[in-house]
Amino acid sequence: MNSGPQSNCNPCGPLLRVSGLGKEYVLRRPFSRKKVAVSAFQDVSLAIFPGKTLAVVGESGAGKSSLARCIALLERPTTGGIELAGQNLLTLSEKELSRARRKVQMIFQDSASALNPRLTANEIIAEPLLIQGEGTKSQRRERALQLMEQVGLNRASERKRPLEFSGGQRQRIAIARALALGPQLLILDEALSNLDAANQELILKLLAELQAAQALSFLHISHDLRAVSEFADEVAVMYQGRIVEWRSARDLFASPEHSYTRELLASARSVDSILLERSA
Amino acid sequence: MQPLISVNNLSVTYRRADASQHHAVHNVNFEIGEGEVLGLMGESGCGKTSIALALLGLLSPEQAHVSGSIEFRGEELLSKDRRALRAIRGAGISLVFQEPQLALSPVMKIRDQVAEVIRAHNDRKWDCCRADAELALARVGFADVRRISSAYPHQLSGGQLQRVVLAQALACNPALLIADEPAASLDARSQSEILALLRELQRELRISILLISHTPEVQASLADRLMVMEHGRIVEQGSFEQLYRNPVHACTRAMLRTTAPARVAEEMDFETVT
Amino acid sequence: MRYLTRRLVHSTLLLFAVSIFAFGILQLAPGDFFTPISLNPQISAHTVAALRSQYGLDQSFPIRYEHWLQSVFRGDFGISFAYGTPVAPLLAVRARNTLLLTGTSLLVAWLLAIPFGIWSAAHRGKWADRAGGILTSSLLTVPDLVLFLALLLMAVRTGWFPTGGMTSAGFDDLAIGGKLDDLALHLVLPCLGLVLTTLPPLVRHVRSAMIEVLEAPFVRAARAHGISERRVLLRYALPVAANPLITLFGYSLAAMLSASLLVEMVLSWPGVGPLLVEAILAKDVYVVVGAVMLSSVFLVAGNLVADAVLFATDPRIRMD
Repeated sequence: MNSGPQSNCNPCGPLLRVSGLGKEYVLRRPFSRKKVAVSAFQDVSLAIFPGKTLAVVGESGAGKSSLARCIALLERPTTGGIELAGQNLLTLSEKELSRARRKVQMIFQDSASALNPRLTANEIIAEPLLIQGEGTKSQRRERALQLMEQVGLNRASERKRPLEFSGGQRQRIAIARALALGPQLLILDEALSNLDAANQELILKLLAELQAAQALSFLHISHDLRAVSEFADEVAVMYQGRIVEWRSARDLFASPEHSYTRELLASARSVDSILLERSA
Repeated sequence: MQPLISVNNLSVTYRRADASQHHAVHNVNFEIGEGEVLGLMGESGCGKTSIALALLGLLSPEQAHVSGSIEFRGEELLSKDRRALRAIRGAGISLVFQEPQLALSPVMKIRDQVAEVIRAHNDRKWDCCRADAELALARVGFADVRRISSAYPHQLSGGQLQRVVLAQALACNPALLIADEPAASLDARSQSEILALLRELQRELRISILLISHTPEVQASLADRLMVMEHGRIVEQGSFEQLYRNPVHACTRAMLRTTAPARVAEEMDFETVT
Repeated sequence: MRYLTRRLVHSTLLLFAVSIFAFGILQLAPGDFFTPISLNPQISAHTVAALRSQYGLDQSFPIRYEHWLQSVFRGDFGISFAYGTPVAPLLAVRARNTLLLTGTSLLVAWLLAIPFGIWSAAHRGKWADRAGGILTSSLLTVPDLVLFLALLLMAVRTGWFPTGGMTSAGFDDLAIGGKLDDLALHLVLPCLGLVLTTLPPLVRHVRSAMIEVLEAPFVRAARAHGISERRVLLRYALPVAANPLITLFGYSLAAMLSASLLVEMVLSWPGVGPLLVEAILAKDVYVVVGAVMLSSVFLVAGNLVADAVLFATDPRIRMD
């Protein structure tokens, strides 16, 4: 099993370490005795260092998203362990878990359904603060406005509802909300897939700025290698529920080892190479 | 030679619930020749989908006001009645859907869903339609047609479903195919498979395609010509290579990512890999 | 299979709970079957006490319940004080009549609701749909009792239909054809009453289920392929809309049973309803419990059937 890129040994230790993680779903047919165990992913071991981005790429399917959900503590893995800053997340009490959740936040693919359509932008961004009981009402509102500016949204649109914003702007709201509690790790579950090319670029730029300013770590789940290549420090390739390759981005793109990785890279060709092939 | 479809001064205006109007498409002009692939690019909300809906006659007078002219095979589509439009839809002009999981009925078998399209345009017995459906499925590259035919949508993968939806669109041999983000919901491998399939079929069947996609790589694989839209208007139109090498409008440049950082171009040059 | 056995066990436990509940509720009302007799000065207290003891009414609740359970397993379901016979045969006849009425009404109601609902959904917003909406709303606002009395009034005034009962005098002398005719004639009014009271919500549900499906992407996709509107409605929309409606079927059975009680009383249909009311007023305990149990059994069975149909028709539920 891969132990990760040798070139990235941070003396402070990883922010997040996942070891031998596996998730199985047990399905049962109604009116019948048969139980079927479907494995979403097995034996996944990864590490994310502070201020770095790890991208997990692979085919569309439940594997990558399931993994993201387990790391975000939205689901419990069947086997394996998750450590955040040295703390074992799976053995925590409810109260400690609630505090740990502040450190890991998730941004979803479909911004329209991830945001409560009845709340205003400000209310959405301030909601985590409200849930964790932080600050007075006006303090929360001010913090939300600050966050809006940070993600490039106009303060004046704080009273608008999610559906009045464009897709790209909604993802910014989602990012602002995720930043509200000062997390250390942000998980992006196909967060760019529903955006068009121009918006994808803009959001990636924003994320890079945030990473530089706040030493945030990102776990970027995507099936789009192009978007990932600009932004990731390390890349892990997932195939049929297992991690088949996990190296630094540079090494992976330069000399992919696993056949599936090579397949993926081959299909992510640039416009220039496509045009070249067509004219031949 | 007369173009297959010729659109002049097409405008689409939606009536909103609060009685205000939304000009989705404004005085758009374009042509598609036989066997030609015209790409359409633009940000979400620029009017791409409205054009597709207008071409198919799917906008009812209560929803929107459509003006201008759409000439298809020499006939004016905007003056046709509902029945005539329904005959053209699926047989003359066909639509390949963006999210195939949502575009198929969850409780009908795959073969029946393709057969329904055939039956709607041909006065044949149900058994014949089912046989033709299996042929249509084989044509889009399914090796195990039997198994796919009797499966339900929830049993197939995204890539397979995209091919099924393509089979539905091609089942009645349309002259014009409107492909709405045909690779958007797929991963890289399935994407390149579907694009290769489209390319092959387009060459074989000589169909014209209106390719709607915001991904430059998709357009590069298929489009002969390209038009870029912004806020309901066409801002630039021309051959794909020309727009890619010498974009004039800022929107074109943004959509084609021609200001992409050099680092990406470098790492994506895989001619030296294996 | 395991799922089915679990449901059956669950249902049996539910029925036990219902029986205890029914017993208990009756306990709360003061007095018992023999209370009216005991108020009669001509009958000595000693006689009343002896009667009570004979029927076991002087024993405690748990003992009486246990005796009743034993009777259930014997097939008697206790004794009716008023009729002096075991409860089971008494209820069986009435149950048959109620089933006939409710079954027919349920069938007719659904057979009307489905086309009306589909048609309303297909013509949503147009005047036909609005008119239908006003009609169903009006029907909803009319109290059941008023409706049934109105039907009775019509029967009396016009003489087109019998004013009550299930059969005419001299029923037994008729040939089989005549018997069926007579039965059908008597069935019309109570059936009509039941259908009119339960139809409005059914139509509304069918309509909204259809409207929701008609807005789904796959329906728009079918239209985009040039498939005719009729086929879209019947082959694409209806099968998917059927899912919530099948579940609704189980509930509509329950609604129908409650409404049938009233209609049986007003139109003198010899079903479980009048018997139950009689027994409650007289505190004929075992009849009441028996009738309540019967209704519960119908309900549980109805829901089980609905679940089984759902399983058979929706491929998504049959996990592959």
